[in-house]
Amino acid sequence: MNKNNFIQGYCRIKDNTVLKNEELLFSEDTSTLNEFLKLAYQHFKTDYSKFFKMDRLSKLGFLCADVLLNSLKENNLFQENTAIVLANKSASLDTDRKYQKSIEDADNYFPSPAVFVYTLPNICMGEISIRHKLYSENSFFIFDAFNADYLWEYTNSLLQNKKADSVLCGWVDVDEDSYEAFLYVVSANGNLNHTKEEITRLYFTNE
Amino acid sequence: MSNPIISYNNIISSLGFNSQEVVEQIAQGKTGLRSITKPTILEKPFISSMVDPEKLKAAYRKIAPTSPHTRLEQMMLVSLSDTIQKANIKLSGRVGLIISTTKGNIDVLDNKNPFSRERAYLSKLALEIGNFFGFTTEPIVVSNACVSGVLALSIAKRLVNGQKFDHIFVVAGDLVTKFIISGFNAFQALSDEPCRPYCKTRTGINIGEVATSVLVTKHHSLAIEESVEIVGDASCNDANHISGPSRTGEGLYRSVQSALKEAKLNASEIDYISAHGTATQYNDEMESIAFNRCGMQETPINSLKGYFGHTLGASGLLETIIGMHSLKRNTLFPSVGFRELGVSHSLNIIQKPKETPLNIFLKTASGFGGSNTAAIFKKI
Repeated sequence: MNKNNFIQGYCRIKDNTVLKNEELLFSEDTSTLNEFLKLAYQHFKTDYSKFFKMDRLSKLGFLCADVLLNSLKENNLFQENTAIVLANKSASLDTDRKYQKSIEDADNYFPSPAVFVYTLPNICMGEISIRHKLYSENSFFIFDAFNADYLWEYTNSLLQNKKADSVLCGWVDVDEDSYEAFLYVVSANGNLNHTKEEITRLYFTNE
Repeated sequence: MSNPIISYNNIISSLGFNSQEVVEQIAQGKTGLRSITKPTILEKPFISSMVDPEKLKAAYRKIAPTSPHTRLEQMMLVSLSDTIQKANIKLSGRVGLIISTTKGNIDVLDNKNPFSRERAYLSKLALEIGNFFGFTTEPIVVSNACVSGVLALSIAKRLVNGQKFDHIFVVAGDLVTKFIISGFNAFQALSDEPCRPYCKTRTGINIGEVATSVLVTKHHSLAIEESVEIVGDASCNDANHISGPSRTGEGLYRSVQSALKEAKLNASEIDYISAHGTATQYNDEMESIAFNRCGMQETPINSLKGYFGHTLGASGLLETIIGMHSLKRNTLFPSVGFRELGVSHSLNIIQKPKETPLNIFLKTASGFGGSNTAAIFKKI
């Protein structure tokens, strides 16, 4: 039956702050998400020029994953076969709206491939995969609200069936002025039990 | 432990409104692709396969809706209604619903669309579908670019093998819209003629639309003639580029290897490959490299894009259903549009319908974001 899995760590980006586990890593009052993400990028010395080509959803997911996975790497806890399981409410609507504006008006029609490619939520997982060389399972789910149930269930199935040695999972959402990223890594070792209750507690405690 | 099976199924498309009808058309060599002139979508004519509005209206009316639905919702409801009716199982807490789509109701973002923009949220679409039939579990939306349809089957299998579900209905659909067509046109990926996957003179992709649905169940007693067991499946990322496939076919190669390993099969035991074959230069080339690395260059292979175009988040499910019927009929369907091999590594493209014993097939898909999925299905 179910072998116990553990949460190795988590990271949250919300309300102009970056939290890793219980620790406040970065906070800066800015008026836009893009500005905040740029400052966070600089603060963490990210050094990855492709970052600036990404849409807001990818930037947010990318940075959150970067903080978390880099800290696992520093502690020799990072595993090569790390799957990615993300979810959100707004899919890629943030960029969909932007792209829609570029085709709405016949007199002002300028569809751009560079924007169109980001009209898919899973591009965010592609960006994380490229950065950390993850040739692993990827799936993107959409729910009305954060849903610990399905994330827990699906993550366990990936680990149990040995499709992955660890799973980067969580919630990354951008919708007009609101945004939120909450990512955690699950594997056979760690300090926190991987249970629906614990995931929900971490999600709401730092809210 | 035996794996879940795929049972009842339906396809709503330009080639018909149920799987038998659609497969019969394919068996007769008919394609749903034709030239469409619709300036509201694109200023020039384009090749596509679109669902007939009058036929959809009539079928939708028959399922007696009590509130208005978008065009995509109508297609999904009509498809799923057929599958649910045939399955005839109670929608209890052990029955799940997975919805596979890349863009959902993206057409509601257009100023001229009468529906509220709220309907563009995929969870709203999911709620409409779930509530219509009275599902008691929260619907799961999978939106993973062009691999969504096959990935949805893989996820259904994994969840049914878990603790939560005995049965999962999977419905997949995407529309031909100005949003999608303008995007692929901006990429200069659209072909001006019916697409010709793997062909030397291929000139790109066609986008089409379908809605399609299946029942995935752990109860083998619900098997029907064309049922298959899902024996192995995997998704691996290329970790290479967000809009271009890997030059080594890395993610697809790894996906197939992982699926074979899980199914405990060798490459030589695959009777047929239903590949992705979008007819873009890079995709088809990447597949030829990956299948050769897998030692599958001799395995009969086709792409069904020449019949429907690329139906995005529905394509993987659509093509799996056709594959199931291919197995049932012990017949390989030709990769329509193909004339002369135009990829660097050899492939055994099916050029004529052929009757031959078929037991196991491999379905693959690849898409933006470096995603790849492979799934292996076995006759029961």
